[in-house]
Amino acid sequence: MTLWIILAIAAVVVLYVIVVYNGLIRSRNQVDNAWSQIDVQLKRRIDLIPNLIETVKGYAAHEKSTLEAVINARNAAIAAPATPAGQAIADNMLTGALKQLFALSEAYPDLKANQNFLALQEELTATEGRVAYSRQFYNDSVLSYNNKRQAFPAVIFASMLKFENREYFETDEAAREVPKVQF
Amino acid sequence: MFELIRANKRRSIALIAGFCVVLGLVGAAFGLYIGNGLLGTIVALVFSGGMAAVSYWKADKIALAVSRAYPADPVQYQRLHNLVEGLCIASGLPKPRVYLVDDPAPNAFATGRDPKHAAIAVTTGLLEKLNRVELEGVLAHELSHIRNYDILISTLAVTLVGAVALLTNIAVRMMWWNGGRVNREGDRDGGNPLAILGLVLLIFAPIIAKAMQATISRKRETLADVSACQMTRYPPGLISALEKLRDDVTVTHAASTATAHMWIEQPMAGVGDGGHLSRWNKMFDTHPPLQERIALLREL
Repeated sequence: MTLWIILAIAAVVVLYVIVVYNGLIRSRNQVDNAWSQIDVQLKRRIDLIPNLIETVKGYAAHEKSTLEAVINARNAAIAAPATPAGQAIADNMLTGALKQLFALSEAYPDLKANQNFLALQEELTATEGRVAYSRQFYNDSVLSYNNKRQAFPAVIFASMLKFENREYFETDEAAREVPKVQF
Repeated sequence: MFELIRANKRRSIALIAGFCVVLGLVGAAFGLYIGNGLLGTIVALVFSGGMAAVSYWKADKIALAVSRAYPADPVQYQRLHNLVEGLCIASGLPKPRVYLVDDPAPNAFATGRDPKHAAIAVTTGLLEKLNRVELEGVLAHELSHIRNYDILISTLAVTLVGAVALLTNIAVRMMWWNGGRVNREGDRDGGNPLAILGLVLLIFAPIIAKAMQATISRKRETLADVSACQMTRYPPGLISALEKLRDDVTVTHAASTATAHMWIEQPMAGVGDGGHLSRWNKMFDTHPPLQERIALLREL
């Protein structure tokens, strides 16, 4: 009788561990998927920039410093290490440079009326939004995964089974500032 | 967030179970009149099961066709597509099909049985009258419906309500032309209490079913508003969109009573604003008043 009770408890424990383990796996896969999504969106933005630079050059070629800042930020983003922290720095720099460029376009009515520029602006605004959203989804996924990993039953065997804590994708203070424009 | 979805699924199962009970009772009452309670129950359950199956597979096509929606061109409506894609990334959903409805009234709805077979439709009026952030708020609300499986539930609920209504209708009609038997039996027994109970049930079942559906629908609208803000992280967008919907007086012509519950704003107005019927009507509203929804979002 006692044997059966012990066996039953053991079976329940094993089942429970399996459920928790599967939950962790699902969560971790979602984090990885969310991370690759950020990557896709950042690449997409990098690909859009040369086109934008060409269009702007036609109207405001003498705004050298702003254009160069965007190009430099783009190159830095391409070379950035593939960790959340490394990508975050490059990404923030690029976001800042692009903000400057769009703020500057306000001073050039011809540029603002250019169909190509408008399409590019919509595309970049949308991509900007996608980058932000993919970061949000990544952070949400990390939060949910870390919560599961650090909660009581899982925390006992999570490190043993190589479920490591994941890092958040942080935005720095500089990126939140409103761009300064000088004429 | 994911816990919320799971709780939602549990509640939905409870709802379906509740409907099955109502339906079973209706079937039993129905059967009482044709002289075989069990047969009536079985007929009712099989009948509504069939209807639920049809609506499960075909609801999105029917809803889109009824509203005369057509696919939105990704080049011409670049902004709309971009916004939907962005929000899908934020919520980890696959991108739904995007449709347009030619209607000057600003409104939108979502349909489909699960996130993989979902569609969002917006009216041309919505695109004209809302700016980017407001449109994003509305789209996030619709995507929340998809993510929370609200569309599946409301579709099933509508089908089941329809089944209850249809069955009671048939029963009441049968009483008119075949009810002689029941009446004569009643005369002999001095009134069969079960038959009277059945009659009461037949009268009230459609009302109860409709009120249940409305209650669920109102809860889901509020939930979708809140999760939309969780998706965009920007409540003012949706608030200002709802304010515009409130101040807009155009009636959505593309909507019918059958699809009223799907839209972000209830397309049909209630009977009277101050009349004694308004309270009664409120029980059957599929959406909470816009003013309440705005007030709730302001608190976030």
